[in-house]
Amino acid sequence: MLREIRPAIILLLLLTAITGLAYPLAMTAIADVIFPKQAQGSLIEKDGKVIGSALIGQEFKEDKYFHGRLSATSAPDPADSTKTVSAPYNAANSGGSNLGPTSKALADRLKEDVDKLKAENPNASVPVDLVTTSASGLDPDISPEAALFQVPRVANARKMPEERVRQLVTEHTQGRMAGLLGEVRVNVLALNLALDAATAK
Amino acid sequence: MTVIGWIQIFLYCAIVVALVKPLGWYMTRVFNGESTFLSPVLRPVERGLYWIGGVDEKREQHWLTYTVAMLLFHVGGFLVIYGLMRLQALLPFNPQDQSAVAPDLSFNTAISFITNTNWQNYGGESTLSYLVQMLGLTHQNFLSSATGIALAVALIRGFSRSSMRTIGNFWVDVTRCTLYVLLPICVVYTLFLVWQGMPQTLGAYVDATTLEGGKQTIAVGPVASQVAIKMLGTNGGGFFNANAAHPFENPTALSNFVQMLSIFVIGAAMTNVFGRMVGDQRQGWAILGVMGVLFLAGVAITYWAEANGTSTLTALGLSGGNMEGKEIRFGIVASSLFAVVTTAASCGAVNAMHDSFTALGGMIPLINMQLGEIIVGGVGAGLYGMLLFVVLAIFVAGLMVGRTPEYVGKKIEAREVKMAMLAILVLPLMYLGWTAVAVVFPPAVASMANAGPHGFTEVLYAFTSATGNNGSAFGGLTGNTMFYNLTLASSMFVGRFFMIVPAMAIAGSLAAKKSIPPSAGTLPTTGGLFVGLVVGVILIIGGLTFFPALALGPIVEHLAMNANNLF
Repeated sequence: MLREIRPAIILLLLLTAITGLAYPLAMTAIADVIFPKQAQGSLIEKDGKVIGSALIGQEFKEDKYFHGRLSATSAPDPADSTKTVSAPYNAANSGGSNLGPTSKALADRLKEDVDKLKAENPNASVPVDLVTTSASGLDPDISPEAALFQVPRVANARKMPEERVRQLVTEHTQGRMAGLLGEVRVNVLALNLALDAATAK
Repeated sequence: MTVIGWIQIFLYCAIVVALVKPLGWYMTRVFNGESTFLSPVLRPVERGLYWIGGVDEKREQHWLTYTVAMLLFHVGGFLVIYGLMRLQALLPFNPQDQSAVAPDLSFNTAISFITNTNWQNYGGESTLSYLVQMLGLTHQNFLSSATGIALAVALIRGFSRSSMRTIGNFWVDVTRCTLYVLLPICVVYTLFLVWQGMPQTLGAYVDATTLEGGKQTIAVGPVASQVAIKMLGTNGGGFFNANAAHPFENPTALSNFVQMLSIFVIGAAMTNVFGRMVGDQRQGWAILGVMGVLFLAGVAITYWAEANGTSTLTALGLSGGNMEGKEIRFGIVASSLFAVVTTAASCGAVNAMHDSFTALGGMIPLINMQLGEIIVGGVGAGLYGMLLFVVLAIFVAGLMVGRTPEYVGKKIEAREVKMAMLAILVLPLMYLGWTAVAVVFPPAVASMANAGPHGFTEVLYAFTSATGNNGSAFGGLTGNTMFYNLTLASSMFVGRFFMIVPAMAIAGSLAAKKSIPPSAGTLPTTGGLFVGLVVGVILIIGGLTFFPALALGPIVEHLAMNANNLF
């Protein structure tokens, strides 16, 4: 059995070098040539500055923007590094709320948010994805229902006709892949960028 | 539940089944040492590795030597990961200046990766340097999964050989699996994932100024190369904390679909490798049939439970299912399917937060793991786990008719049955034992994120996942404490190696036996009767073992939810 020690050490080191260095570094080099945009994180630039990633949701609070899903991400407390504070859409520390189906904290939060949204738009039923947190805390999408629900607020804040805003939502609604896979959705950042562009005109 | 949802589920199953034969054919060639279309390129590399490593590829090993070689390999793997994590602050490829990882967390993570568990007590983007992600985690993703496959092949040889002392050469099996199976698929797969939007860069995290003027630091890294092997090797350890729910770790519905396929494809094809090596492919299909029955039952329950939502959501008039902890691009169906797939296999990647699933929706992943992850299962591990249950089922059938049981030409005798029972009983000992300790130990109780029965389920899930080498979690539980780091590490270790050693002992003892031709009294092991028998044995043994624990967790929670009791 002693003769198994040499391969245990040498094969481990060689296979580690192949799979842990050569493979990821080669893939990085190839990806950088073939898909440079995706490899860097699908970043969106405006006037030479990075304003986000097409795939990563960001926090929207103002009335004139469509809001994304709730985010349960956190960040270290600046005052005490052993604790964390709520930091929605923290793209350096992804995660969900992890509240279970019988959680009182979740039930209270849901009720509060539903009441708030009902006050904002009493004419439509509240879409479930507007009051639930996403798994990553960075969900870039909302459902078309959740976007349409917000149209009156956004149109009012921008003094735009609701019809025009609704049209933008429709234009930015992405269907299922091949009509089959995934869900129908709206990318919030792309929609808001389009809104800004339409307002500027 | 919707029609389009079920179409997605059946499309998924159809593609997995379609891939079983071609991949099974290819892998059988690889493990029989035959040449493949990649041999002109890879054979020189392979020979070079043996030459430097001092491996004589013609020399086969006794089962004990094979097992010792495997264990030595893992001691080395453990030291590499532990060392890299402790020293990461001093090493290159660390653009975020991550500091050294604490000893107990490093210990837990190192055990976690050598056992193919990939339990995430570490935070990914907030804890680890790129060097640790690549050299520590990506490499062990390859080697622990190659090891699992090698062990399964060794056990298959036990069945297929007659009167032999050896079961193959561990070094040859691991090297060939890595070079001919895992690496080539991963190269193509990585590029596909990058095309779908997954980052693959060594650059630092990006600072963005959001539309509203806020600052957002976006974590990136060499993600795609790690995710490819993480899924294919059923490892499951995320580059990011949110794992496959993170938009960078699973950007589109298509990437999600392919990731689910890649979790199952090798494990499913291993049943075909088994069939080919024992000389009757129908034996493999029968085993896949057992897996398929249990899998579809699980999918149906979880999908139904998640689509129904919770009483809290219904009371507020919110329809559309339980979207707490789920992503829009996956929705209810792809999140439910993923949860069942990842726990049926021992992957443990998640694209939705299992902690926020409904009580019954989250119970299926728990049951999948408690059954020993034999529904397709981890690469290799699923097959040898399933073969242990087959040995038991054959034994039970033999008792019923009063004959010495046989399986694919081998007599199943006392030694095999004892070893199979030992391997199967070790799992509940760990996850039930440690759960019992944790729920009466105040510091461990303090880690629960949810009160009431859901908190209990969080703890039970953690130890089940660790023992089953799955790695998914009810993520609310604060696992990064001294207690959980050490107890979970012990569960992962025992769950992996105390199953492997008896399985290898069976391999050795079977290989030494003569093959006997089937007679009129032999139970046919390719038909519906056999499939039903194995499913029955799995459910009875599983049910007797963990049903009481489930009653305290998800079942009571479901009843509480329907009675509108909140905690």
